[in-house]
Amino acid sequence: MDPQEYQQIEQQNTPPTPYLKNALKAFLVGGIICAIGQAITFLYIIFFDFTDKTAGNATVATMVFISMVLTGLGLYRKLGAFAGAGSAVPVTGFGNAVVSAAIEGKTEGLVLGVGGNMFKLAGSVILFGVGSAFFIALIKLILVSMGVVEW
Amino acid sequence: MIVFYSFLIAFIVGGLICVIGQLIMDVGKLTPGHTLVILVVAGAILDGLGLYEPLVDFAGAGATVPITSFGNSLTHGALAEAEKHGWVGVLTGMFEVTSSGISAAIVFGFIAALIFKPKGKAN
Amino acid sequence: MVILFASKPSILACGAVAGPVESKSVFHSFFDAVAEDERWGQKTNEQGHSKMIQEACDIVMKKADLKNLDVDYFLSGDLVNQMTPTNFAARELAISFIGLFSACATSVSSVIIASLLTELGASQYAIAGAASQHNAIERQFRYPLDYGAQKPATAQWTVTAAGYALIGKHDPKLPSVVAATVGKVIDYGEVSPFHMGGAMAPAAYDTITSHLKKRHQKITDYDLIMTGDLGKIGLKILKAMFAQTDAEQKELEIFRDAGAEFYGEDQAFQAGASGAGCSASVFFSYIEQQLKTGRYKRVLLVATGALLSPMSFQQGESIPCTAHAIEITME
Repeated sequence: MDPQEYQQIEQQNTPPTPYLKNALKAFLVGGIICAIGQAITFLYIIFFDFTDKTAGNATVATMVFISMVLTGLGLYRKLGAFAGAGSAVPVTGFGNAVVSAAIEGKTEGLVLGVGGNMFKLAGSVILFGVGSAFFIALIKLILVSMGVVEW
Repeated sequence: MIVFYSFLIAFIVGGLICVIGQLIMDVGKLTPGHTLVILVVAGAILDGLGLYEPLVDFAGAGATVPITSFGNSLTHGALAEAEKHGWVGVLTGMFEVTSSGISAAIVFGFIAALIFKPKGKAN
Repeated sequence: MVILFASKPSILACGAVAGPVESKSVFHSFFDAVAEDERWGQKTNEQGHSKMIQEACDIVMKKADLKNLDVDYFLSGDLVNQMTPTNFAARELAISFIGLFSACATSVSSVIIASLLTELGASQYAIAGAASQHNAIERQFRYPLDYGAQKPATAQWTVTAAGYALIGKHDPKLPSVVAATVGKVIDYGEVSPFHMGGAMAPAAYDTITSHLKKRHQKITDYDLIMTGDLGKIGLKILKAMFAQTDAEQKELEIFRDAGAEFYGEDQAFQAGASGAGCSASVFFSYIEQQLKTGRYKRVLLVATGALLSPMSFQQGESIPCTAHAIEITME
């Protein structure tokens, strides 16, 4: 049997990806997590005198804290299995990636296991976030010094 | 009423960013790692074009909670410092307006590793 | 080439052990022991994996009334880096050890080697088999356990189980190995580690057709052809491949898959079970017993393995697979 023939048989007998269902689940869960974030932002503005801008930072830190607890209790993985991008894309997903890798590395000790493995999943986000910020700022700096744009 | 409206917008915008992520994973057949990288870079580029801050003003947590906001705050810091201090500012600025998310993840990850035990068990 | 065992080495005893999640398996009543702690009281998953292997081998030796000193060879493998759990178990068992890596096909490749050693007269008693522990393997091949990853319907669950068989001289009252086919490595371009069934089916097809051809046999010469862990979807694909080459419905019904049946209809396990311990624990408990009771007289056990590594996946490679087969009869 040649590979093409096989791929046909494989495709016919493999359940298709439920694109719509997955997108809907991602929308709902992602939306709810952001709505919760909005509530937390309001709490910080109203009760703790944060401004619009600084409340954003505090909200993100709080959401990461929540994801730490949910991850440690084994609940975030269940959410992730259901929601896909809905739980991976919010900053709680980033927290989950770091925390889950950290917890798992424990058997190899804090230094090599936890420290060495913690950024297994999330490291690329940090790398590319920092990298793109650098290049974009650099490009803008060059364009400004050439007089093409204003700050 | 305004409060309800802002929740709704946060819900919708946040949800849509997640849908984009889901499509990158399902249609683009990319891993979660690749997907998050694409979104972070997108956030950075949008801030470079001056488009992300208006989105934050409009959608609040709908724009600050998704991972795209990391790219945004890192770029924002770099741009702000570059404006003030030129070349050096490009590097120092990034963590001035820090991604509190990254610091939080590191600190809480460490704490979690101290407290929690890795688990097994079925789905 | 097909290997023919003129002396017909027999399966003298079997031992199968599984973890707490596997108490949900439809085969759990056939296992010798189901542990309550997935780490067998050890500090790490890898150490627990090792302890589980030891326990299964101890059960085999106890059933055959043998001590470690009496056993000539220990043949085994697992899916962890450098087969660490197996190596450490071998240290504790203190039996001459050959480590084998055929991924999830190790259950059968180890029995083939053990049977060859027996046929040669080089071994009187050899313990062969394989094992897997969910946490240790998931951690290495996929994501940290607490990570919220979404898995498609084609994904399979790696079992925590070990299965070992004692291979020795022919005994007419026991199941005997009469022939074997060592598989080639087949790769039809599947890249997703979440679709192992699709990756491995061509290898199973190749090995089965080769064995039947070289033995001048038909599918209906067998009471059962059981693959290791193609899963529900992989089994469907395999049957479709045979249907394509004109196998009839009654012939297709002879095919079963340990992974597809392992957890029954429980949706939490998606396409079914996989892992080196899947085929091993089912073949060396349930199938052995079906043979001894005479329900099956001639079976072909085809363990399937996906020969990828975390690195090969990151380097964008597809998944090469293999399948090894042993033909077992009961007089």
